[in-house]
Amino acid sequence: MVLQTTVLTQAGIETGGAVSSALEHRANILEMTQAAEETVLRPKDAGPWSHGLRAALAARIAAHNQESDLAEHYAEGAEGYAALANPAEDGAALELAEVVAFMDKVAAETRDVTAADVADLQAAGVADADIVRLAELNAFLAFQIRVIGGLRLMKDGFE
Amino acid sequence: MNKVIKKFSRNVPHWQPRVAPVDLQEASEDQLDALKVTPSNTKVSEYVLTLAHDVESLKVRTPLFNAIMYDRGGMSRAERELSALGASMVNHCVYCAAVHAMRHAQLEKSTEVTDRVFLEGTGADLAPRDRAILDFAVALSECPSQAGPEHLDALKAAGLDEAEVLDLILSAALFGWANRLMHVLGDPVRPEATG
Repeated sequence: MVLQTTVLTQAGIETGGAVSSALEHRANILEMTQAAEETVLRPKDAGPWSHGLRAALAARIAAHNQESDLAEHYAEGAEGYAALANPAEDGAALELAEVVAFMDKVAAETRDVTAADVADLQAAGVADADIVRLAELNAFLAFQIRVIGGLRLMKDGFE
Repeated sequence: MNKVIKKFSRNVPHWQPRVAPVDLQEASEDQLDALKVTPSNTKVSEYVLTLAHDVESLKVRTPLFNAIMYDRGGMSRAERELSALGASMVNHCVYCAAVHAMRHAQLEKSTEVTDRVFLEGTGADLAPRDRAILDFAVALSECPSQAGPEHLDALKAAGLDEAEVLDLILSAALFGWANRLMHVLGDPVRPEATG
């Protein structure tokens, strides 16, 4: 498999193994996953969420999931928002406390998210379209992180 | 008034957005294209209209979702639905759980498995293969993932091959994505009886 994707790199999947062979039948999914990463990290219409902020939030979500290498991968693009890659930072210094709190809860305590969490963002002045953008970034990361974790288990268990 | 549904069942609720969906009258060309709106097709769900706020993500997610849930080969469609159900129960996405439990029951032509899961929870007493699949989906859906070598061993012991395990990973992970849209951006509701 010649495909280079974040998922394969992070899971350490190499050409020629049993996992690589199974992945050949799902190459379309790997390609679309990589395209989705580009879309949520570097959309043409980013709204108020710059690439740097998106990268920092992606790194932060990876850190919540104890994926330190993936966190480093994303933190490289965090620019002026690098501090937010650390889950201990609350975002107040960048006037992003509500955004950071929302992203943390959606990533790590998904089941406890309620209408009040969305209302808090609206009260902080975040437009509805920009709330959807935050949710999509968060949701994609949840997917990508679990694919990486799962493939790593496959690599250790089947090869 | 609409009552927010908190209990899992196969009875699919209405999804009520917490943000204002895109107004079709004001939608951009790009949004109309993604929504596949034509003069003869103007029916778009409130959920899709909500996601149309981020039309670039909507466009990449739809084919990815369909490929993971419906492409041929690998793990059966019913088992992919069971995987989706496991993730949705971890994330308490009542809407996704209902839709995918219903699809599981339709594909299996039996409500036995989903009846049991809704009655007894994700630890329900199931046949070994379903038990291993659900355990893995549940463990992978936690934050951080709790899936470990013991889960993979159980899947192999239950007879899943590499292609099937891959589809299990993809379908459970996909609902990490779907749940964070459905459960975050709206409420599962039923209209209250009036009078």
